[in-house]
Amino acid sequence: MTTMTIAKAINEGLREALGQDEKTLLMGEDIGALGGVYRVTDGLQQEFGEDRVVDSPLAEAGIIGTSIGLAMRGYRPVCEIQFDGFVFPGFNQITTQLSKYHARTSGAVTLPVTIRIPYGGGIGSIEHHSESPEALFAHTAGLRIITPSNPHDAYWMTRQAIECEDPVIVFEPKKRYWLKGEVNTEDPGTSADPFSAHVVRQGSDATLVAYGPLVPVALAAAAAAEEDGRSIEVIDLRSISPIDFDTVEASVRKTGRLLVTHEAPTFGGIGGEIASRISERAFLSLEAPVIRVGGFHMPYPVAKVEEHYLPDIDRILEALDRAFSY
Amino acid sequence: MGVGQLPTTEFNDEELDDHPETHQDPASQPAGGDMIQLLDAQGNRREDPVFGPYVESLDPEALRAFYRDMAVVRRFDQEATALQRQGQLALWVPLTGQEAAQIGSGHALRPEDFVFPSYREHGVALSRGLDMSDLLRLFRGVTHGGWDPREKNFNIYTLVLAAQVLHAVGYAMGIQRDQASAQAKGQAAEDAAVVAYYGDGASSEGDVHEAMVFASSYKAPVVFFCQNNHWAISVPSKVQTKVPLAHRAQGYGFPGVRVDGNDILAVHAVTQWALDRARKGEGPVLIEAFTYRLGAHTTADDPTKYRTSSEEDQWRAKDPLTRLETYLRAEGLADDAFFEDVRRQGQELADSVRQAVLSMEGPSMEEAFAHVYSQAHPLVQEELQWYREYEAGFENAEGAGEG
Ligand SMILES: Cc1ncc(C[n+]2csc(CCOP(=O)(O)OP(=O)(O)O)c2C)c(N)n1
Repeated sequence: MTTMTIAKAINEGLREALGQDEKTLLMGEDIGALGGVYRVTDGLQQEFGEDRVVDSPLAEAGIIGTSIGLAMRGYRPVCEIQFDGFVFPGFNQITTQLSKYHARTSGAVTLPVTIRIPYGGGIGSIEHHSESPEALFAHTAGLRIITPSNPHDAYWMTRQAIECEDPVIVFEPKKRYWLKGEVNTEDPGTSADPFSAHVVRQGSDATLVAYGPLVPVALAAAAAAEEDGRSIEVIDLRSISPIDFDTVEASVRKTGRLLVTHEAPTFGGIGGEIASRISERAFLSLEAPVIRVGGFHMPYPVAKVEEHYLPDIDRILEALDRAFSY
Repeated sequence: MGVGQLPTTEFNDEELDDHPETHQDPASQPAGGDMIQLLDAQGNRREDPVFGPYVESLDPEALRAFYRDMAVVRRFDQEATALQRQGQLALWVPLTGQEAAQIGSGHALRPEDFVFPSYREHGVALSRGLDMSDLLRLFRGVTHGGWDPREKNFNIYTLVLAAQVLHAVGYAMGIQRDQASAQAKGQAAEDAAVVAYYGDGASSEGDVHEAMVFASSYKAPVVFFCQNNHWAISVPSKVQTKVPLAHRAQGYGFPGVRVDGNDILAVHAVTQWALDRARKGEGPVLIEAFTYRLGAHTTADDPTKYRTSSEEDQWRAKDPLTRLETYLRAEGLADDAFFEDVRRQGQELADSVRQAVLSMEGPSMEEAFAHVYSQAHPLVQEELQWYREYEAGFENAEGAGEG
């Protein structure tokens, strides 16, 4: 057990993967000498060389598209997209090529490509540096999407994504890169399955689902609700595609109420998907409609107002009040 | 490099000088209209100090194989068109007119090289030894692919224009890494190369630009093979480019060669030269094969809406098959019996392909669910389970009705 930040945990995960398999390589903008704009790949090029940690040209379709070719040749590329808002030049390669190739070859070829994307807001940045585009990718069959909320998961999810035979997108909560926590690099423990959800706080009155950057917020909101005498169960979803509906359903059957929170806009988002599935699976257990607490239907707003845009403890508590008013 | 040394014969200057407005200041423009040609439209050999020797090394059997494959794939093309007209294929993408570009480049490849085609590369597929009926699975709607890309090192067709050009460069970067790691282990390194096929229209897509930047930056062993067949559906190539496409390579820092795409000797020579360079670690080459799509873009297209029949006639006079036939006969390399034999081979292929297509069955929904992911996925499993029960409901209902 060692204590480290999420950024360091990902760095360690990448180092381990690079050291274990010479077919693993990293590609991205500024990931070499600089170590990435968030320093997540710090020191890796020095250790493994320029052919393993590739400072790519400034071209997102190029990063994803050449990674597809490398994977066809037997490599395991790990792409870094510098910021969430800059994945779109590569969107075509991800959604029309990477996601579908296994199906198009009737299972003959797999593309174990990992795409790391720092995402989410709350860092006071300018436009295209704070978005949460996970739903746009979750809608595409053939991709797997995970998002860690703590250093232990960050370490293991990085390694699990690289080991996975399917393409995996890892959305890294950039606001939490410096969040510290214990990491057991010897034993993943309950994190052995990256596509499972974790109950991170037990409760009996309502279930609150969160992922990535909002998990600490959800936990804080649950603690505040406790003072009002409400016992809130908090689930860290961890995997956005697939979603571990079984864990959510079991919790809702116990608590009778469900709230889902994410930074992305609620419309067409992951919260709606969870609400719909749980309504089908556990309608009679629900005491109230499923309530979503998310971003608004607007471009990610300027830094001066993002604190009003992002779900916070108060917004979650207000939604809880509504859930309890039925 | 041999580029730009030769005047051309049957291509008049106006035709080659695609965009006169760009040539107003000759000093600032690369020379336009130069093209490698080794066999003119009348079937006469032309000399070239750089590319000529590649032809000298071809034996008569190789030259006859060129002709045979061009004729056979044209017959295959006719059969596929007929199958589409008869409702057996949803769509067909004909290659007639582009046989020399495809068979010539395809024959320059070695088995260990890897091909990234677009969707019209039936001639390249033939030269790779693919089962030609497999090419029709996609067009019959029984699969989105049709063959295992690794069996003949020939990737499945790609319908999103230019996407495969980046995959080709990535694959070539993989070859480089394999070589480096083999060398480090004291093993012999495989010196394979990659060819990416795409069209004049696709050359406008951003992916081609990014692919060329990557290829140039890393000196990847890749040959960009652009078949300029003059039309992107109904849009002429002058809307895609103001300079000969081969000249674009210069901006990326590697050679670009325009070759007479209806001259199989020149295409073969230039492709061999480019592949040799790539294999030696000298980096990418862009080849622009100047050719023409004689037929429709696809069986859904009507070329009379956008081009004249006189244009088509002009290009028919440059037919790659007639040209090589004239040469083979004049040199005494092939006789009537040979051409009759080729005709018979084409017919045999057509018959077998027709039979194969008629027996092609669609996959089951179970199979459609099977390959979304390579590892078990709960959503897919859940939906498959639901689908099975739904389907079983019909069977029970039918059973009840009969009883
Ligand atoms: C990204 C994309 N945009 C549009 C299309 C529709 N489309 C199919 S073929 C074609 C023209 C392509 O022309 P060109 O690249 O010259 O190749 P050719 O078909 O002439 O061989 C178009 C526009 C497509 N397949 N992909």
